[in-house]
Amino acid sequence: MLANLKRKKLRTTLTILSIFVAFVLFGFLCAIQHAFLGGVEVAGADRLIVRHKVSIIQPLPISYESRVASIPGVDAVSSTSWFGGIYQKPENAFPSFAVDPEKFLNMFPEVIVSPAAKEQWLKKRTGAIVGRGLMEKFPTWKIGGHIPLTSPIWGQPANQANWDFEIVGVYDTDKKSTDKSQFFFRYDYFDEARAQAKGKIGWMTIRVDHADEATAIARKIDREFANSPEETKAEPEGAFAASFVKQIGDIGAIVTGVVSAVFFTILLVAGNTVSQSVNERTEELGVLKAMGFTNTTVLVLVLAESCAISAIGGLAGLGVAWAITAGGNPIPDVLPNLEIPNRDLLLGSALAIGLGLLSGALPALHAMRLQIAVALRRQG
Amino acid sequence: MSAEKRALVMIENVTRTFHRGAEDIHVLADLDLEIQEGEFLALMGPSGSGKSTLLNLIGGLDRPTGGRVIIGEHRIDRLNDRALAAWRARHVGFIFQFYNLLPVLTAEKNVELPLLLSPLSQAARRKHVQLALEVVGLSHRTRHYPRTLSGGEQQRVGIARAIVTDPTLLHCDEPTGDLDRKSGDEILSLLQALNQDYGKTIIMVTHDPHASARASRTVHLDKGRLSAEAPD
Ligand SMILES: Nc1ncnc2c1ncn2[C@@H]1O[C@H](COP(=O)(O)OP(=O)(O)O)[C@@H](O)[C@H]1O
Ligand SMILES: [Mg+2]
Repeated sequence: MLANLKRKKLRTTLTILSIFVAFVLFGFLCAIQHAFLGGVEVAGADRLIVRHKVSIIQPLPISYESRVASIPGVDAVSSTSWFGGIYQKPENAFPSFAVDPEKFLNMFPEVIVSPAAKEQWLKKRTGAIVGRGLMEKFPTWKIGGHIPLTSPIWGQPANQANWDFEIVGVYDTDKKSTDKSQFFFRYDYFDEARAQAKGKIGWMTIRVDHADEATAIARKIDREFANSPEETKAEPEGAFAASFVKQIGDIGAIVTGVVSAVFFTILLVAGNTVSQSVNERTEELGVLKAMGFTNTTVLVLVLAESCAISAIGGLAGLGVAWAITAGGNPIPDVLPNLEIPNRDLLLGSALAIGLGLLSGALPALHAMRLQIAVALRRQG
Repeated sequence: MSAEKRALVMIENVTRTFHRGAEDIHVLADLDLEIQEGEFLALMGPSGSGKSTLLNLIGGLDRPTGGRVIIGEHRIDRLNDRALAAWRARHVGFIFQFYNLLPVLTAEKNVELPLLLSPLSQAARRKHVQLALEVVGLSHRTRHYPRTLSGGEQQRVGIARAIVTDPTLLHCDEPTGDLDRKSGDEILSLLQALNQDYGKTIIMVTHDPHASARASRTVHLDKGRLSAEAPD
């Protein structure tokens, strides 16, 4: 019955062409959306900061870590405590933090250390990793060197004049915006050696499974600790990330809007083509029914025709969009990872079939209900 | 059971009423008709008298508003849509005024179409198709598309399509209505041969006296009533 498509070549060709264009557009919009979303994942839209409700300098109990980790949708937790280290004189202050090395490196993939450095850090209780920028600021520092620091907040460890740290590695970052002048050392050493506030942490960074659930999970966390002595405030990692998430939401809405409008139009075009072709073939359908073809067979024939039209146009369109994006990104500077995710290719194929079924549905029902005597009378 | 031969087609008390808006159109009222097996019946009458309506009831294309339509062992007015479709496929061959061939299919594919509903193998189908085209004298035109055939040839393809399933009844609605005299006569000769040589029972609607002259019996339909003689 595909032979029927040959009949009105021009009309069928135009319809297939418009479906084709719609699917090329769909493919590109998916690729663009993917390119934007790819950026956000790096920006840490899936990370939240959980701090004391009153202010970030109030500590939280370390037990909160495991309680937060057990909330559904939370992927990982890493805590940070402010140390406020000073090297030799007060002007030489730099950001320094106590962290759990394993959890910290897992949480912040933008902080890059060599595997050897990581191994050393896990081995040495007093080990610290230092930002490339900080190393440049103090030229005498080198890997393996011992750095004595004092802290106006925490004083000295018992029986010692200074906090002693050994530089086990230097970290780099893969993004310009990440600070390269920080100093990270181990929380277990810190907590054991300090005299006060044992078992407390500064704040937690958590990663959620799905960025779009971040706000909901933030609320869940705050509820978890409501009415306890240390209530929390969970919020997106940064204002930048927050606004970026909003922009992406907008882009997603625009893409969805454009795609929906295009598909609605195409649905009308394809539906019109199929119903015209059914209309022109009323007598033929009547003859088929007279011969004993059942209503169901006639319904299937019409649907097969509409599905063939949209499958040809749709798959060709998706294929071309895919070939262009896979064959070389035309705008690598603007959108670095322009490609159609497999998920969207599948979605597109499903859309093509759905379009075929939907555009054929009314004409097919009409053809199915067509009474033979009435169909055959039209020409008499 | 009884020695008396039962008619192949029995129309009993048949009524057919159409509704157009609030208006009822009583096309057939309380109509009776019997057709014996092997008859070639011509159904005549003025335009709009209900000839096609009656033919459609006999062919299982439409259902009566009242009464019974019995063909062979079947009460076809009682069959559901699916059973009726199967019954038509098995028992009736349709021949139309405008041939109604599928333009995208060759002559032989058009003839093969009704066989697609039978369990025949492809080879068996091809044999039946060749035979049917031979009977109508078109063995040399099997690969032609309808638009490349003359009206008379197209109608012969239509007849081949109607007989390819070896149906009980041939059902013709003005089969020569769109043909010139010469082609029309050829078609009528073909129908006559099918009736006399192959024993097909044929019911033919026509308003052409030339056509009805070829039939073994003629009935006239006027104002919802049947009579053996023309009204005037
Ligand atoms: N499906 C229908 N709906 C309404 N009226 C119909 C329908 N079919 C036939 N008629 C009416 O029934 C009458 C007889 O029609 P028909 O059987 O086609 O006549 P004929 O074949 O003798 O010319 C006409 O008046 C026609 O308008
Ligand atoms: Mg008629």
